[in-house]
Amino acid sequence: MNHLSEEEMVEAYYGSEFAHLAECAECRVLFEQQREALDGLKAYPVPERGPGYGGEVWTKLLPQLPKQRQRRAWWFMVPAFAATLVLAFLIGRSSTKIQPAAGIPEQARERVLLLSLSEHLERSQIVLAQVANTGDLAEERDRARELIGANRLLRQTAERLGDRQDAAVLEDLEHVLLDVANAPDSPTNADTARVQQSIAQNELLFKVRIASTDARDRGLKL
Amino acid sequence: MEWTDAQAAREARLGDQQAFRFLVERHSRLVFRLAYRMTGNEQDAEDLVQESFLRAYKQLHTFDERAAFGTWLHRICVNCSLDLLRARKRRQNDEPSWLDQLATPEPSPERLTQSNELAQLLEPALEKLSENERAAFVLRHYEGSSIEEIARVLGIQTSAAKHSVFRAVQKLRRSLAPAWGATR
Repeated sequence: MNHLSEEEMVEAYYGSEFAHLAECAECRVLFEQQREALDGLKAYPVPERGPGYGGEVWTKLLPQLPKQRQRRAWWFMVPAFAATLVLAFLIGRSSTKIQPAAGIPEQARERVLLLSLSEHLERSQIVLAQVANTGDLAEERDRARELIGANRLLRQTAERLGDRQDAAVLEDLEHVLLDVANAPDSPTNADTARVQQSIAQNELLFKVRIASTDARDRGLKL
Repeated sequence: MEWTDAQAAREARLGDQQAFRFLVERHSRLVFRLAYRMTGNEQDAEDLVQESFLRAYKQLHTFDERAAFGTWLHRICVNCSLDLLRARKRRQNDEPSWLDQLATPEPSPERLTQSNELAQLLEPALEKLSENERAAFVLRHYEGSSIEEIARVLGIQTSAAKHSVFRAVQKLRRSLAPAWGATR
């Protein structure tokens, strides 16, 4: 008698029928053990989201959708040089590795740096989303100019410390910010399409969002 | 206004944002559950919910109204999750990040209190699966997707999809033994 293979056992669990199972007590025992174990995995807990969750998702999503101009949060208007100053202060005291700045606990310094990076990426994300969705380069030009300095410092730091992944994301971001910042008063459709293509081609919005979330998570845990 | 998914998708495609809002509000919790199971991380799942709906909005013109909107949306979410998992893996295989050098990630108190015994056992086991194996297992085990649907989502042959599910179960069995029970 040919018993069911492991693969057939799995197929049987997910609904395939095998006549052998009805005939073979040994296989039935093994099948029941597997069923119990796999059923147990269905209890894998997922954090609950309340009935208002869809509304919360919509509120965050809305500013990113095309043809929808929303007022930006107040912090967006804070000049980017504030973050640049924080970074310059921290980076200025570093050599190949960031050293603790005098008078500032190391953990607090790390937290400030990570949250500054996250905030920079969040601001950049809004510019990218607006350009990708509305194509209005002139509208975002001033914001892009404000972001370039901080972006350059962050990229140079990442490069110096050998972090190619972050450096690559910041470099892609910098190219787009430069394109937006240098856009003419009346950009042509070709100008707009080229910038939108750079954003889409590298899935830049997604990468920037993930990098921002990572930095924020780490900062908040400190 | 109460729409069906198909009506709302049609209106949204014509530019009615309230119709898309209806779809977001109806499907967010399910997309979050899928994203969480794909990543095992709450913040990643939140980001994936946003990214999935954003991609869905931009790709509405490709949605075939004869299909179920929920299935189409889940497919987008799985693809976003795979992008994230692959990017994470590339990052882990690369040199340690300068951010990694600065901070040592620890589970947050919130995360720890939400965890239970099963999650603590299962999540590390799921992390040992390849991206395709994890996606195939989550879709088969938690979403009840057919092998054909999994193959379409992952862009692989049905035989490969079936094998991914099997490999996932096999690896989970090894990782979770002896809790799994006796094996042949």
